[in-house]
Amino acid sequence: MAGFTFSEKQEKEIDRIVAKYPFKKSAMLPLLTLVQRDERVVSPEAMVAISERLDCSPAYVQSVMSFYTMYHTEKVGKYMILFCINISCQLNGCDKLLEYTAQKLDIKVGGTTADDKFTLHREECLADCTNAPMMRINDTFYGELTEQRIDQILDSLS
Amino acid sequence: MTQILFKNIDMKDLTDIEVYEKQGGYQSLKKAFAQKPEEIVAMVKASGLRGRGGAGFPTGLKWSFLAKDVFPRYLCCNADESEPGTCKDRELLLKNPHMLIEGMILCSYACSIETGYIYMRGEFHDLSFIMDKALDEARAKGYLGKNIQGTGLNLDIHTHLGAGAYICGEESALLNSLEGGRGEPRMKPPFPAVEGLYAKPTVINNVETLCVVPYIVNEGAEKYAALGTEKSKGTKLVSVSGNVKRPGNYEIVMGTSTREIIYDLAGGIRDDNNLKAFIPGGSSVPMLPADQVDVAYDYESLAAAGTMLGSGALIVIDDKVDIVETTLRLISFYMHESCGKCVPCREGTRWLHQIVERILQHKGTLEHLTKMEDICDNMSFKTFCPLADACVAPVVSSIKHFRSDYEKYFKNIPTGSV
Repeated sequence: MAGFTFSEKQEKEIDRIVAKYPFKKSAMLPLLTLVQRDERVVSPEAMVAISERLDCSPAYVQSVMSFYTMYHTEKVGKYMILFCINISCQLNGCDKLLEYTAQKLDIKVGGTTADDKFTLHREECLADCTNAPMMRINDTFYGELTEQRIDQILDSLS
Repeated sequence: MTQILFKNIDMKDLTDIEVYEKQGGYQSLKKAFAQKPEEIVAMVKASGLRGRGGAGFPTGLKWSFLAKDVFPRYLCCNADESEPGTCKDRELLLKNPHMLIEGMILCSYACSIETGYIYMRGEFHDLSFIMDKALDEARAKGYLGKNIQGTGLNLDIHTHLGAGAYICGEESALLNSLEGGRGEPRMKPPFPAVEGLYAKPTVINNVETLCVVPYIVNEGAEKYAALGTEKSKGTKLVSVSGNVKRPGNYEIVMGTSTREIIYDLAGGIRDDNNLKAFIPGGSSVPMLPADQVDVAYDYESLAAAGTMLGSGALIVIDDKVDIVETTLRLISFYMHESCGKCVPCREGTRWLHQIVERILQHKGTLEHLTKMEDICDNMSFKTFCPLADACVAPVVSSIKHFRSDYEKYFKNIPTGSV
């Protein structure tokens, strides 16, 4: 198994994160997030590296990681589209727009485009209900969606 | 209209500490530091402020429950806002981060706390940058750090991001998550005030709750308590979403009629359809039919109407909507978010989902409604945390008020299809 080593930049960030807590295990989620952000996946090798950094077993890291939906064991696209389908968005027609987005990207919901650019996921409430229907792409929230607006947003990222 | 939390909310650059200070920001610290910590707790008690996250527990009382003489103590701000329909905390964090920091400093002073965490849901990554910048500014100004304003108080506050789990909004699950574990709820007691984060006394408050505290310290408990009803004091942020013309976060005085919120503030029902139902406090509370729209928006009146104020998310549903489909969507949410620790929740949410799906496929019978109520009965108050009860609320209330929506699926069932 090829090892995973943190980059120098990541090491610095990890030091800063760990210093926030009296017990370093609290840095578990932030470290997983850091790896996910940089690698777009958390590999078993990265789990081992995190476990060594936080003095716990790799199995424990995996157990924690599997609990949260934002970590992926398979690589996701450059742009992660989380499409809210919960009640306020449902009342504002998100189902059709999700279908439209999937057709436009020519993928199934849950899939990634062939060029690894976009991954499209159904998502539970993202706390932007007053702008429903909405989606989140990486760190950005996009509300008041229409087919035209989805076209514009996706075209600007393509 | 009285605005406490949203007074300057749309002011340009309010996230900048200089701008915030010009509006009187951080002034409450001087007032607070001139008094004893226990006087601040007494003041918050007297204000009648109750937790704005969902449970509505009296804030001052919560603070006074901290185990005596046990240190260190921790403050966790619950910014895991995930209750479907709720987006008020997001607006506060996005536009007025210093108000939260000020509230957290006051709470820390009152409760002798030296470390605070702001637990934000992972999807609020964008807001964590705003918050981190605001915390840096507060440190540079000497509002955080060692010996703050010469009072001897030491305090630092950090942001912490979750990673996608509704359950982490439940306070004991939040603590487990913050400790680096799976976000499963803990057995209570012990309550967090006695054994919380790292098994130390911990205060956990919602963003909105903490944001109210500077006003109480500045203006006095009486002024805050003069707003609202006898038992529901002050103002409340209400996130109005769904089929309304002007969805948005509105600050209302407790006791305002729900009709006024929907028809005046939010502009009424979109496309001039009629109101069919509304969920007053986020998806975890029972829905009410249109004829109860005059109910006053406060803890007691909503409880008397058979529902709850919850997180203050008013979801408005018009008469073009099929309640069965809406209910299925909510069950699906709770099924997805159940952590699986307690069997009634893990299995119950799944069974309810299977039954409602079957009903929607015209394969249901009247007996299924009885079965659903039976399952709900076996989920209520039988789990570590209230997620199961939250799932039960829309199911039972939808059957109670909108039985005909279900019944229309029972007609013309081909024989042998069930």
